[in-house]
Amino acid sequence: MSTATTTLVDYDEAVARFDPVIGIEVHVELGTRSKMFCSAPTEFGAEPNTQVTPVSLGLPGALPVLNRTAVESAIKIGLALNCQIAEVCRFARKNYFYPDVPKNFQTSQYDEPIAFDGYLDVDLEDGTVVRVEIERAHMEEDAGKNTHVGGATGRIHGAEYSLVDYNRAGIPLVEIVTRPITGLGDRAPEVARAYVQALRDIFRALDVSEARMERGNVRADVNLSLRATPESPLGTRTETKNVNSFRSIERAVRYEVSRQAAVLDAGGTVIQETRHWHEDTGTTTSGRVKSDAEDYRYFPEPDLVPVAPSREWVEEIRATLPESPPIRRRRLQAEWGYADAEMRDVVNAGAVELIEATIVAGAAATAARKWWMGELARTANTEGVELAELPVTPEQIGELQRLVDSGRINDKLARQVLAGVLAGEGSPAEVVASRGLEVVSDDGALLAAVDEALAAQPDIAAKVRGGNLGPVGAIIGAVMKATRGQADAGRVRELVLERIAQD
Amino acid sequence: MTAQTPAAGRTGDLTRRSAADLAAALRAGEVTSVEVTQAHLDRIAAVDGAVHAFLHVSADDALATARDVDARRAAGEDLHPLAGVPIAVKDVVVTKGLPTTAGSKILEGWVPPYDATLVERLRAAGMPILGKTNMDEFAMGSSTEHSAYGNTHNPWDLDRIPGGSGGGSAAAVASFQAPLAIGTDTGGSIRQPGAVTGTVGVKPTYGGVSRYGLIALASSLDQAGPVTRTVLDSALLHEVIGGHDPRDSTSLTDPLPDLVAAARAGQGGDLTGVRVGIVDELNGEGYQEGVRARFDESIALLAAAGAEVVHVSCPHFDYALAAYYLILPSEASSNLAKFDGMRFGLRVVPTEGSITAERVMGATRGQGFGDEVKRRIILGTYALSAGYYDAYYGSAQKVRTLIQQDFAAAFEQVDVLVSPTAPTTAFRLGEKLDDPIAMYLNDIATIPANLAGIPGMSVPNGVSDDGLPVGFQILAPARADDRLYRVGAALEALLEKQWGGPLLDRAPELVAGHEPTHALQTEGTPR
Repeated sequence: MSTATTTLVDYDEAVARFDPVIGIEVHVELGTRSKMFCSAPTEFGAEPNTQVTPVSLGLPGALPVLNRTAVESAIKIGLALNCQIAEVCRFARKNYFYPDVPKNFQTSQYDEPIAFDGYLDVDLEDGTVVRVEIERAHMEEDAGKNTHVGGATGRIHGAEYSLVDYNRAGIPLVEIVTRPITGLGDRAPEVARAYVQALRDIFRALDVSEARMERGNVRADVNLSLRATPESPLGTRTETKNVNSFRSIERAVRYEVSRQAAVLDAGGTVIQETRHWHEDTGTTTSGRVKSDAEDYRYFPEPDLVPVAPSREWVEEIRATLPESPPIRRRRLQAEWGYADAEMRDVVNAGAVELIEATIVAGAAATAARKWWMGELARTANTEGVELAELPVTPEQIGELQRLVDSGRINDKLARQVLAGVLAGEGSPAEVVASRGLEVVSDDGALLAAVDEALAAQPDIAAKVRGGNLGPVGAIIGAVMKATRGQADAGRVRELVLERIAQD
Repeated sequence: MTAQTPAAGRTGDLTRRSAADLAAALRAGEVTSVEVTQAHLDRIAAVDGAVHAFLHVSADDALATARDVDARRAAGEDLHPLAGVPIAVKDVVVTKGLPTTAGSKILEGWVPPYDATLVERLRAAGMPILGKTNMDEFAMGSSTEHSAYGNTHNPWDLDRIPGGSGGGSAAAVASFQAPLAIGTDTGGSIRQPGAVTGTVGVKPTYGGVSRYGLIALASSLDQAGPVTRTVLDSALLHEVIGGHDPRDSTSLTDPLPDLVAAARAGQGGDLTGVRVGIVDELNGEGYQEGVRARFDESIALLAAAGAEVVHVSCPHFDYALAAYYLILPSEASSNLAKFDGMRFGLRVVPTEGSITAERVMGATRGQGFGDEVKRRIILGTYALSAGYYDAYYGSAQKVRTLIQQDFAAAFEQVDVLVSPTAPTTAFRLGEKLDDPIAMYLNDIATIPANLAGIPGMSVPNGVSDDGLPVGFQILAPARADDRLYRVGAALEALLEKQWGGPLLDRAPELVAGHEPTHALQTEGTPR
């Protein structure tokens, strides 16, 4: 762990002199109800070793049976990534001894992935689109989880003992592997991040995974190499494992660019190895070098039959695929007439679906954005929750805006109504009724208030009558105050002027 | 035929009867399942000290099942045809609540929390489980000498091997300790013990009987099947355990053929129109003279019964043993990886040095596995290694395809193929223990069926000049297990007509409390 002594080249300087090439492997846990090869449930956070069967514990005699929904999800992912779907493919055994692998082999696809040869067009913030080529997407099972107890670091070294929880063992995974992504220059970190974000959006849109980074539903391994020029052969790569947040992906790429540049500048060679990512320091450290790599002795899994998705089934799945998130985003932006920056903010705030539903509920696109990105974003921010977690529905916001549009309430009242809705007082209409917040549109009631205000401020009334309209605002203000803000200020002004003209 | 039975009255008779007879007697109310089960438990107590067929006798469990069946029968319930007929189960089959070791120290004391599918089916049929039978460790062997719990002795000659790996099941049935047993056959582990103990053994079509709950040796070769004294009993048992199981991905979805009907049809002894092919590669050199003589006589009987007998060649069988000993160890090396002391069974903690998971795994496997198991794990690990995979595992799979093609071509000409089951009669204990290749050659005739996934049966067809039993192997195309039963039952009927009774009546009696004597050269050796 010699991170302190590692010399680094400034990032900008490094990318000015070297051409970075990245490759990304993303594992996504599928949100199936049962595991990849048995009926054990997959609920997150259950008591250790309660979500297991003889199969997921690797007991003698147990045999795997493939989860059809997992295959369907893998095909969905493959299709969403513009991949070919294999007509026949098999599982293999990846043999290695580790206590969190119950059978001491992982059942995984090896040389016959279910999906291959695809691509994903990734939108960058400035509107640039980068095409990332997908080599393959294959199915495999997750391992259990080790907890090392007694050491200072929580790592295996120094621990007194280790506990293994097999609840996660056998959870279905899809691993998506890119081809080397070239020609990115200084934007490599940004592309790496945007690519994984785009995958996350796709997993959610396909409804194949909750895709929650903080739960480890989506995990990324980042490969990076440097070469002198885009024409040079590919350099030696490192693979930084388990980089599990968007920000970290970007940081990990930057760090490896700077570190490898320093190695090359010093006349050294980059060692082909895996590297550990350290979230706290934003650095990587050496893991396992390739020459130490285990021989996994892959061979076709004899306990499973080949997977042969019929073309009819694949086409059925293709027909039910939702629009891809970037295409949908571009379509919605055009329909809603948002500026690029506005749309980007909406996307980053996770408000696309909320705004879409608000518009369906009758609000104009501008108004819907104003609510969600304004008042509601501030509230969510204050409370430290996601927009979608606020106790208000897009339908209620749509209703609220319809009340404004119809003139029954004004903007100021609308904010009070919203506060009532957020406080759980009911629908906007119910809050208007219960709090008595409707705009006073009865001219008789308003005229009485106007007369009162004119009488109460005779000096100002006189000036206005004299043709000096400057101080009229004071009269209007008094009327608004008397009506507790429920009057339409424009109407009040008209009435004041009419009254004075009549005098 | 009962002259050799000790005069133990009704109980003595019961252990001599076939499962079909016992089932009929139970249905007729002539006996109870408790009586039948107790008779076998008594027999086990009397003779298993000499034979050592059982690793675990589950008397309480068996009698509880027997009592339950008797009560249900008394209540007029409609029961399975074999309800109340007891059975022994090879220790490689997982049984809930009953110790299961697969003949290995590494599983000593393990009590499984679940039942194999076939055990569920036995229990559902109301068949009392007498106990678990001895076997070569993890089914690796042809003599049961590789059991970590001691040899099983051949009831025909206690100084000789009972075959393997399922020597315990075959010896239990041959010595009347159980009317029925379950075996598993990866390269001949049901059929070869059947041949050397004078019992019937059937390896069903791959996928015909669920593998869920069989402790895997080689997943693509393993198949469980019946071990019995008659062909009809095998058919009855096969129908209990066979049929699709959604928990085994390689389980066939086709319904089982009507095996019992085929066996009954065969008992008539008429084989008119049945085309029988003698596999030239599974006869001749390397086969004991007496084995070949009995085979030729059986062929003559089949021909006399109307069968059309031809010779066929399966040229790639010469490579079968080599391919088998690459595929089996490769799969086994991976299947046996789970035995690491982490979750179940033996755990050996090193007494010196640091205690890490890796070192505990190493120590557990080092002490828990026997030499033959280690030999095959090393062989398989090597065969799957990077750089060797194509030359070894890859080539072996190609040979496998060629053998399947040989069978396919042969079955275009004939309905069944036949050969001697094993090249020799039972050899002496210890005789081949130091010569793995000689041991492996015992399975030369049985292995091709496993490589091709087709069904095979061994039927006793006499004794050799040494007075020890010989087996006749019948092979049929995949899913045509019924042909085995028709031809096997016919041969059995024709032979017993000649002999005047079952071959096992010629086996020496194992007298309770007496030191075992060597098999006697019986006069009038059945030919």
